[in-house]
Amino acid sequence: MVLPLVGLLWRAPWQSVPERLGDPAVRTALRLSLQCSFGALGISLVLGVPLAWLFARVDFPGKSLLRALVLLPLVLPPVVGGVALLLAFGRRGLLGPWLESMGVQLTFSMTGAMLAGAFVALPFLVLSVEGAIAGLDRRYEETAATLGAGPLRVFATVTLPLIAPGLAAGAALAWARALGEFGATITFAGNLPGETQTLPLAVYLMLQDDPDTAVAVSLLLLVVSVVVLVALRGRWLSPSRGRNGGRA
Amino acid sequence: MTESVATAALTARTDGLIAAELTVAAGEVVAVVGPNGAGKSTLLRALAGLPGPARAAVAIDGADVGGLPPHRRRIGYVPQDGALFPHLSAARNVAYGLRGRGLSRHQMRDTAHDWLERLGLGDLAARRPGQMSGGQQQRVALARALAPEPRLLLLDEPLAALDVETRASVRHTLRGHLGPYDGACLIVTHDPVDALSLADRMLVVEAGSVVQDAAAVEVTRAPRSAWVARMLGLNAYEGDGRPEGVLLPGGHTLVGADPVPTGPVLVTVHPDHVTLYRDPPGGSARNRWHGVVSEVTGTGTRLRVTVRGTNGPDVVAEVTARAAAELGVGEGLSVWVGVKATGVVMTGL
Repeated sequence: MVLPLVGLLWRAPWQSVPERLGDPAVRTALRLSLQCSFGALGISLVLGVPLAWLFARVDFPGKSLLRALVLLPLVLPPVVGGVALLLAFGRRGLLGPWLESMGVQLTFSMTGAMLAGAFVALPFLVLSVEGAIAGLDRRYEETAATLGAGPLRVFATVTLPLIAPGLAAGAALAWARALGEFGATITFAGNLPGETQTLPLAVYLMLQDDPDTAVAVSLLLLVVSVVVLVALRGRWLSPSRGRNGGRA
Repeated sequence: MTESVATAALTARTDGLIAAELTVAAGEVVAVVGPNGAGKSTLLRALAGLPGPARAAVAIDGADVGGLPPHRRRIGYVPQDGALFPHLSAARNVAYGLRGRGLSRHQMRDTAHDWLERLGLGDLAARRPGQMSGGQQQRVALARALAPEPRLLLLDEPLAALDVETRASVRHTLRGHLGPYDGACLIVTHDPVDALSLADRMLVVEAGSVVQDAAAVEVTRAPRSAWVARMLGLNAYEGDGRPEGVLLPGGHTLVGADPVPTGPVLVTVHPDHVTLYRDPPGGSARNRWHGVVSEVTGTGTRLRVTVRGTNGPDVVAEVTARAAAELGVGEGLSVWVGVKATGVVMTGL
C-alpha cells in the first residue's frame, strides 16, 4: 500500500509543482473536474437521500433488488458502467433517440461526465445516509409528529439535522469518488479537452508526453484524497458510532 | 367522574396487542399500570396514532380523530426519556409545537419562554438537552408537550429514568401542572406512589387487556389483579373459591371471615396482618404455615420480612423493629406464619 505512494512522492518534481499546476491545460482540466464532481455530487444527493430514506424506513416489494442495483457500481468495473450508460443514454441507446428528439445529448458532454460520476458515486452516499437514518432513534421523529409537524417538516427539522454527520461523510466520499472517476467517464463522455477531459483523464494522457506534470497533478489528487480522509477521521477510521447516526 | 361521559375529553377503543375501551373526562388524570409487556406503551402509541401492534378508534372532545395521522390529532406525547431534540435549545424544543397556529416568531419565542418559566427552567432556555440533567430534560419535555395546549396528554413513564430525589421534585411539578390541565391525561407508570399521587383513576392492564378500571381509592381497597395488589405492597394470591376457603395452586387453603366467592378468587393479605412466630402458634390465627426468612428490608420504623413458605405460600410480613428483635429475625431463620381470618380479603374475579 505504501510503496506506490512513496514512489509518487519520490518522483515528484517538487520545485516545479506550482508552475506545472498553473499550466492552462491543467487548469482547464481542474475546473472541469470540479464542475463534474460537484455536479455528480448534486445528482447523487437528489437521488441518493430519498433512496437512502426509502431503504432505511420503508418495506416494499423488490427493495433488496433495487438496493442491489443502486449499490452495484461499488463492485462493477467502471468501464462496464460506462458501457451500460452508453447503451442506456447513448445515441443508439435505449433512451438515446428520445433524448435526441428533446435536443439533449449526454454522450461526449459535460452533463454526461457528471452522470458518469454520479453513477459511481451514488452508492457511497446511499450507504452512508442509509446507515445514519437506520441508526436514528425513531422517537425524535415520532414526537415531532405529535407536536403537529407534518412528514416534510419532520424530515427537514429533525431527521436531516440529526443525520447531518452521516450525510456529510457520505457526501465527502461520493464527491471524492466522482473526482477520481476515469473508466465510466472516458467510456461514456469521452476525452474532449475543455469539455469532458477531467484531471484523471488528463493525467493518463500527460503520462505519455509530460510525465512530470502528470506526477504533479497526481500529487494534487493525492492531497485532495488525504484531506477528505482527514475530514472523515473518527467516523470511517474508527469503528464506534453514536446512536444519533454517529454524532460525535 | 363517571357521570361526565357527555363531556368526555377522550373516548377510545383499541384492538390488536392491547384491547381496551376507555372514557376519560376533561381534566381527569388516568394512571395506566401493569407489568412489563402488558401493553401500556402500546396503548399510548395507538392513541397517538403512532405505528405499533395496536390500533385505536379515538374521539377527542367528541371529534373522531382515529383516521388522522399523529400530527393532526392535537395531542401531547412524552415518550419514556422525553426524546428532546438534541440539536435544539430548550426554548426551541418547547417552541417546536407552536408552529402553524398563526403566531409570529416573536410570540412563539415568548410563549416558549413562558412555559419554561412556569416549570422553573427560565435560565436554561438556551441550553441544549445534552447540557441538562435528567430531571431538567423531563421538565422541558413536559413543557414542550403542554405548550401547544393539547386536548389529550400522554405521558409514558415520565419519572422512571430519574433518581429518587429528582423523581420527587419532578412529580411535584407534574402535580402542579396536571391539576389545572383541562384535557384528558394518561400516565403510564410502574410506581404506586406516582399512580396514587398523580391520578384520579387507575387503568390496570395485564397481558393485553384491562383488568380493572376504577378510582385510585377503589383499586387500593379492592385490587382485582395480583400484580396491582403486589405493586401496592400487599400479599396477593390467585386461587379457587371453595366452601371452606380459597385453594391456592400449591395445595394450601386460606380461610377468611367472609363467605367465599366461587370460581377464581384473588386473595390479598396486608403485611400488617401477618404475624411471625418462632414456634407453632396456638390461639386465634386460623391460617398458619411454616417458612424460612429469605429477605429483610427496612421501611421507616418497620421491617419488611419476606418468608419463603415451605408448606404454604410465600408471604411478606411487616413487623415492628421490637418484634423483629424479639424474634431474632434474619435471613435463613425458620419461622411460623400466622394470619387471622379477618386479615384475609377475598375478591371474586
